[in-house]
Amino acid sequence: MEQLLNDFSPGLFIMQSVLMLAVIFLMVKFAWKPIISALDEREEGIKNALEAAEKAKQEMESISSSNEKLFNQAREDRDAMLKEAREMKAKMIAEAAANAEAEAAKIIASAKEAIEVEKKEALAEIKAEVAQLSISVAEKLLKEELSDAKKDASFVNGLLGEVNLK
Amino acid sequence: MILGKSGRNKLLGLISLFVFCSALASSAAPKSDGGSEGHGAVTSESEINEYILHHIKDAHDFHLFSYNDAEGHRKHIGFPLPVIVYSSKGLRTFMSSEFHHDDSGHHVVESDGVSLVKYHEKIYELNEGAHAVEFDEAHHPTNAHTVLDLSITKSVFGFLLVSILMLIAFGRLAKQYKKQAVPTGFGRVLEPLILYVRDEIARPNIGEKHYRRFTGFLMTVFFFIWTSNLLGLTPLGFNITGQLAVTFTLALFTYIITQFSGTKDYWKHIFWMPGVPVPMKIILAPIELLGTLTKPFSLMIRLFANISAGHIVVMSLISIAIIMKSTLGAAGATLLSLALSFFLTLIELLVAFLQAYIFTMLSALFIGMAVEEHDHH
Repeated sequence: MEQLLNDFSPGLFIMQSVLMLAVIFLMVKFAWKPIISALDEREEGIKNALEAAEKAKQEMESISSSNEKLFNQAREDRDAMLKEAREMKAKMIAEAAANAEAEAAKIIASAKEAIEVEKKEALAEIKAEVAQLSISVAEKLLKEELSDAKKDASFVNGLLGEVNLK
Repeated sequence: MILGKSGRNKLLGLISLFVFCSALASSAAPKSDGGSEGHGAVTSESEINEYILHHIKDAHDFHLFSYNDAEGHRKHIGFPLPVIVYSSKGLRTFMSSEFHHDDSGHHVVESDGVSLVKYHEKIYELNEGAHAVEFDEAHHPTNAHTVLDLSITKSVFGFLLVSILMLIAFGRLAKQYKKQAVPTGFGRVLEPLILYVRDEIARPNIGEKHYRRFTGFLMTVFFFIWTSNLLGLTPLGFNITGQLAVTFTLALFTYIITQFSGTKDYWKHIFWMPGVPVPMKIILAPIELLGTLTKPFSLMIRLFANISAGHIVVMSLISIAIIMKSTLGAAGATLLSLALSFFLTLIELLVAFLQAYIFTMLSALFIGMAVEEHDHH
């Protein structure tokens, strides 16, 4: 212990303290402060970059999921529209068919009616003609009968040839 | 440890320097054997002991090695350092070469009316009228007194060297960050060390809220101790962190910072420990108060003792080459000393880092205890 105390140099202690203070001051000013702040800045930068990357990743994920949603929505819409169109087509076809049938039936009915009317008219005309013919035949017959019995048949035939079924 | 390519090269350089040093120590022996009386070369056990104890002390000049020239004169290789002393007649400065490598107090330096001698690396001022220093039986000078020695001693020189190295290395790293986010070159080795001190020492021990205030101190202390320890392993012979005054300064800084950043809770836990009966509070107060002193005291002793012990053991193992020469032969003794000191130096490399880590970690822990907020009370 005495040896230790004897070896202890107060002068060295004073020099060391003064120099140590100076060195700590210089090192803090010229080395530690800029180095630590640069390291902090770098670490902050790395942290921010990582966070930004994470955020971008999440954004990408949300974008792709919303894309998926939109796509699905679009497909559903398309399907619905196709289905509607198909139904409409079927309905239209059915309606058209029904209309056409009804129209055809109407046309047929009116045609039948017209035919009926024409037929009646024709029949009436024929009747009238036949009646006229019969009357004139009977008239001629009666006239011939009276003049020449022999000549009756040729007369009637001649008359018939004269009377064309108009 | 995290060592890049440059770190490995440094390590190899260190080892080769060390081998060189060991070879030097062993080659000094035969010369002195041939000489008349050795002329200061270290040969006997007692001389080795003295040499080692002298080495771990601070020195006033930078001595690299010595040899005997052809005429048998002892030659010292190194350079002098400035001596600055505050004597009874004021400040005196001169170069340590004025002492002519004398450490026994015989060479008197006259500096502007003040007579100064150097004895065991301490500078004494001779009393008025005395011309030569006289010693009592315990080898204490009787007619001289110590002066306040503010010299640039070897340790102060080493401290300045370490500081300049740190300022250059970390200053350059700081500049690099202005241009790029990731450093290149040596900065790549330093950055993980800085992050290590911040994330493994400061942050967990002090806490997320307060650690920023103390990182400057902790990092300076960590890198200073580590670099000084490593410098002490080179053959340059520095022993900065093995100086009690140096470790005392470091521990004092920790102590002052701890006490001045102490919260109300910290002081309450010292003087009036909550949660224990009143008589216990009274008994605990002086114990706790003493505890605030023993913590930095242990820091001081631990670093000083570890580094000093490391130096003593490495040097002792190197001296095997000299002591065992008669029994093992020059080659055998050198080889043995080389092998042993090589492995011990490897361990010392680890100790150099470990002691820096322990000192910084415990400092952070003590500061952390002082700034901690006890919400649960």
